[in-house]
Amino acid sequence: MEIVAEYRDRMLVALVQEDRIDAASAIRFKDRMREIVQTSGGGADEPVVLDLSRVGFLDSSGLGAVVAVRKMLGPDRRLELASLTPNVLKVFRLTRMDSIFTLHEAVPAGICPAAPGDAAPGDAGMRDAG
Amino acid sequence: MQAEPPLHGPDPEARSPDSRAPDAAAPDIPGSDMPAPGPPALDMSAADLPCSDPVLIAIPADPDAVRAVLRALFGTRPLCALSDDIRGTAELVLAEALNNIVEHAYAGQQGEISIRLSLCSGDLVCRIEDSGLPMPQGAPPVTDLTLHGDDGDLREGGFGWHLIRTLSRDLEYRRCGGRNLLSFRLDAGQ
Repeated sequence: MEIVAEYRDRMLVALVQEDRIDAASAIRFKDRMREIVQTSGGGADEPVVLDLSRVGFLDSSGLGAVVAVRKMLGPDRRLELASLTPNVLKVFRLTRMDSIFTLHEAVPAGICPAAPGDAAPGDAGMRDAG
Repeated sequence: MQAEPPLHGPDPEARSPDSRAPDAAAPDIPGSDMPAPGPPALDMSAADLPCSDPVLIAIPADPDAVRAVLRALFGTRPLCALSDDIRGTAELVLAEALNNIVEHAYAGQQGEISIRLSLCSGDLVCRIEDSGLPMPQGAPPVTDLTLHGDDGDLREGGFGWHLIRTLSRDLEYRRCGGRNLLSFRLDAGQ
């Protein structure tokens, strides 16, 4: 599973380079995302943004894999989704997973790691972002 | 016992593996394996409906074969002519139905899935047949959309039948002669 990850504006942006996340690739997707998250460094509270702009097809196995990645990140690190194509967005809407995930029309310029007024401990010390 | 893996226990009516069609040919199924006289419930001969462009195809039960057949079906006529939205929905429902057979009916065992698609009166009529395990309750599961499991954790599975039921019409399932017969209609927008 070809996924390219880079740090940008204190986010880990992961661009899926393949056009399908389905039953045939769901495990490879999860494995590759785990590898990216474990090896990419960065802050444990910095969000991960999954850029799905090149994914034209996602089935329930692929949806389950995205949920699994969200769980893998744990409660302190958010997984947000960007640039969903119409067929992928349809799956999130029909399963109401659009109420669980934050969906962005495009990869955002930056995501605050914590809500306003909810100062995260150690937030002043930026770690190797960028 | 058959030479093939025992997929659903001894079945005196199960046909021998050799009698199954090896590929996309329309098998002339003898009546001997059907429990009652009359036409087979899922006649793959394409002559039973006044519909054009029947597509008959058989694939091995594995996720890569499902992906390949979906690519082939939706990348060529007649299905490539459908609008993007309708094609995406049809591909999703077929993927869910086929992957369900791979994961649960055959449960990792080898097997064959027969697919028959035809365009009828603005509908894509889909019939899918396999020789795997029957549906546990004798019918496709009725799904709810609880996003969290009993442990309060976000669910990772169980959405497939919800998608099929939401996006298809006239969903029918029968167990017949040791085979699962699933049929449904999808909007073809014509």
